[in-house]
Amino acid sequence: MNKRTPLYDMHIAAGAQMVDFGGWDMSLNYGSQIEEHHQVRKDAGMFDVSHMTIVDIHGEQVRPFLSRLLANDVARLKSPGKALYSCMLNEEGFVLDDLIVYYMNDSWFRLVVNSATREKDLAWIAMQAIAFDLEIKERDDLTMIAVQGPNARSKTHQALGERADGLDDLGVFYIREVDEALAVARTGYTGEDGYELMLPVGQASALWAALLEAGVKPCGLGARDTLRLEAGMNLYGSDMDESVTPLESGLDWTVAWEPQERNFIGRQALEKQRDAGVTHKLVGLVLQERGVLRNHQKVIVDGLPAGEITSGSFSPTLGKAIAFARIKAGAGDKCKVEVRGRLLAAEVVRPPFVRNGKACI
Amino acid sequence: MSNVPQELRYTKTHEWISLNEDGSVTVGITDHAQHLLGDLVFVELPEVGDTFAEGDDCAVVESVKAASDLYCPLDGEIIAHNEALADAPELINQDPYAEGWIFKLQPDDSGAYDALMDADAYSELIAEQD
Repeated sequence: MNKRTPLYDMHIAAGAQMVDFGGWDMSLNYGSQIEEHHQVRKDAGMFDVSHMTIVDIHGEQVRPFLSRLLANDVARLKSPGKALYSCMLNEEGFVLDDLIVYYMNDSWFRLVVNSATREKDLAWIAMQAIAFDLEIKERDDLTMIAVQGPNARSKTHQALGERADGLDDLGVFYIREVDEALAVARTGYTGEDGYELMLPVGQASALWAALLEAGVKPCGLGARDTLRLEAGMNLYGSDMDESVTPLESGLDWTVAWEPQERNFIGRQALEKQRDAGVTHKLVGLVLQERGVLRNHQKVIVDGLPAGEITSGSFSPTLGKAIAFARIKAGAGDKCKVEVRGRLLAAEVVRPPFVRNGKACI
Repeated sequence: MSNVPQELRYTKTHEWISLNEDGSVTVGITDHAQHLLGDLVFVELPEVGDTFAEGDDCAVVESVKAASDLYCPLDGEIIAHNEALADAPELINQDPYAEGWIFKLQPDDSGAYDALMDADAYSELIAEQD
């Protein structure tokens, strides 16, 4: 039997269509995933993301440890509460996972990693931590609700009542512990403003109900996927995995090369690839004809196979099919995609496609 | 519960068929099918004049989630398709049995319609699949 999140009963009550997602029963939609998509772009929607894995790392050596573990540099986290997006690489420079790291205090950092990679990540982190004096704790006592959209913050404040005092000041990509039972992070996976709320499993339903009361609509994994794709955000397992590096995944910007003496795992392999030049890169595609782009469709440049789509879907905001594709470096701004036996014209663009409710391509 | 109108006929592949007065049939996808597919965003219609055998794939409906073939329920010739779906594929979600019709077919055999599955049999089929 699949694992259920603490909000399972709330989803069933709301008429969710449930789907298996890496061993979890998750809501795909509550009727129309396109309406849920627009709800987040225009107002406020919430997602049950309890399946995500929260890992707390405590100890005086947490900074030097993460400085070694992650391709982005935790030295960029200067004030407490600040968050950073990073890849975790193996020695070959391949992507084990992508994650967000939160600087809670000088001896406590929090990681949020993917659910499908949970066991692999925990084992890798534990192994790398052997040389350090740290306490690593998976927080399966916590659950996570993402509230996203232009009105997400004000509606969350309404739902939280007095506990929201002072949250107006919380900066973008910062986390704050409101009290012992609630951490509020101004992060997300939609390209909109909003929060990710981390709280004890037993309190999830009450907060979900309060958010519903405040006018936040439940949204499923279907809308989450089209929102993140429009926002130009990679999905681990589709857009990158252990067969590619960040440089082949549109994630160059997350690799901190300076200072040169920081010897993060995978650095040597990445430097070698950078110096030789990458053969493939991740780009955005916008279909110029009618049809829908899908994962694994072939991309053709100048009549020759050039790669394939890693995430393809229909963009509700643009009303067109969009995709990420990994194609040969040096391809121009036009290509064809093989869609159900036909070659359709697509434009090569630089993601994101949509940010803060507006088209940006 | 999916809506399964009594007066229509059905296929195992979730098309519905209605018999028109002139002997032609109108074809669409069932409420159950549109629900499984989710929000439709693109429909590839058969051309008027195309001929198909029963079971041929003759149209494609694509939702945000997936593409799905439509199978021709009877041997015959396409005599009309629903132009409105080009700009508004969501009509299939909103009104699968009326505004969301997909094409009209002139069957080669005027009696073939009667052999199609009735509403009770189709209801039973989707109940088994749930």
